Amino acid sequence: MSAAPLLSVDDVHLRFGGIRALGGVSLAVAAGQITAVIGPNGAGKTSLFNAISGFYRPQQGRLVFEGRDISQVKPNVRAAMGLARTFQNVALFRGMTVLDNIKLGGHNRMRASVLQAMGYWGKSSREEMALREEIERDVIDFLEIDHIRNQSVASLPYGLQKRVELARALAMRPKVLMLDEPVAGMNREETEDMARFILDLQEERGMTILLIEHDMGMVMDISNHVAVLNFGQLIASGSPQEVRSHPDVIEAYLGAREGRAVNASQGR
Amino acid sequence: MDWISFIEFSLIGLFSGGLLALVALGFVLVYKGTRAINFAMGEFMMLGAYLVYTGHTWMGLPLWLAVLLGLLGISLIALGVERLVLRPLAGQPVVSVLMVTIGLGALMHGAVDAIWGGRNLEMPQILPRKPLLWGDILIPGPIFWSFWVALAVIAALSLYFRFSRTGIAMRAAASDPITAYALGIDVRRTQQLTWVFAGCVGAVAGTIVASISSLSPALSATALGVLAVVILGGLDSVLGVIIAGLVVGWLESIAVGYFGGKARDLVPYLVVLAILMIRPYGLLGTRDIERL
Repeated sequence: MSAAPLLSVDDVHLRFGGIRALGGVSLAVAAGQITAVIGPNGAGKTSLFNAISGFYRPQQGRLVFEGRDISQVKPNVRAAMGLARTFQNVALFRGMTVLDNIKLGGHNRMRASVLQAMGYWGKSSREEMALREEIERDVIDFLEIDHIRNQSVASLPYGLQKRVELARALAMRPKVLMLDEPVAGMNREETEDMARFILDLQEERGMTILLIEHDMGMVMDISNHVAVLNFGQLIASGSPQEVRSHPDVIEAYLGAREGRAVNASQGR
Repeated sequence: MDWISFIEFSLIGLFSGGLLALVALGFVLVYKGTRAINFAMGEFMMLGAYLVYTGHTWMGLPLWLAVLLGLLGISLIALGVERLVLRPLAGQPVVSVLMVTIGLGALMHGAVDAIWGGRNLEMPQILPRKPLLWGDILIPGPIFWSFWVALAVIAALSLYFRFSRTGIAMRAAASDPITAYALGIDVRRTQQLTWVFAGCVGAVAGTIVASISSLSPALSATALGVLAVVILGGLDSVLGVIIAGLVVGWLESIAVGYFGGKARDLVPYLVVLAILMIRPYGLLGTRDIERL
């Protein structure tokens, strides 16, 4: 990695009262690569995501995105800058249709001001049409969710809901796509579909992806770079092969030194 | 009571239900946007009406301009309240917000009393006074027209929330602020807008109510009666409060027709109470299901 990373987390400390969620974590997310964050439950993975999206403010450390220190930037502004994410639990707006949910992802890119957007004409409506077209082509067709666009999200099976959430993040035209457990709770077939979409995003569009995942098989298959957290500390970082055989990682997962290689899916 | 009177009382009741639904919508907007019940709703109504009165009667502005200025004034006040009173409470329990709105209501009440005095003022006539005569049935003009004004405001807001981008963003921010935030929606802005809308809805309703009866600080008590409508409709359902507004309006009118004016405040509440025993979440409210 010679070029400066697109996103870097620099010695981030995050405490809640006496609990230390992150104790000086540093991580570099390289452009165009898939970086995975793994670790046992409670290791601080989601806290790290929340610090990156701005929901938590670290007491110490910096977050640098495209060369700019974003540590003091509000979450909605970070999203508009190109940090899109999905959530561990499906966080779709349940009363709305698939299309409305996805269109909300494009909300932050709209130029028209609030007052113009109050109406439905002129510039505002032209932007709306352009957004519609782009969403059709780059998101709905790509993720193969054409057939459900007008359904209410609440009626969809879980796997499809996760896919709609990914679609909504894509509509934000992200520079870094952050996925918090994209295949949690999915069956084998759904997991393979999702892994294929993530790989396609990287290979065809050069998208930068940061993901948290417990499915070791998938992480090892698709990631370029893996970072391992345990008790709020980064204990290992490197290629999937390096991480897989790292003694600290094996201990963190199996609790003993004489463990087997961590290549099986971690049961939950 | 004969059939003609029954129909007449029923129609009057249904038509007056429009205003009830409009005020109820003010409660629902704030509840959906912030999960708090705005007990200062009545004061927003009253203050809006006083602003229109001041513009028209004191400053001699034409009515439409006075109404416009009234809406502008109440919007600014709503923004101020959001900024100075509610935002510092962000993250506090909903009950705190609710208590604060009660205090806010008292404050606004006192301010109105201090500025305009407590006596009854004659509000300009906004809606046509001419009654409608359909055969033997007579409907007072203001009540008939208030229904259509209320309906127009409710319809406009519903379309806005359904189709406009900002409206959809407001719904998103209301249903899940964290996720909305992560999508780049400025949740603070949408909450401000929620209060502005609720304030304007209140001002419109207050102005009409005052022009039908008269203007005094007691006007704010109307909103408390509407709470029954809100609860019956379901706190978070716009369609629910429309239906509930019509039901309660009709019940009030019929109660007056059969049992006299004293029954006006009693019968509707008894019926609402009975319905709520069967459907505690209201007619169309979201049923909270706890998964264990």
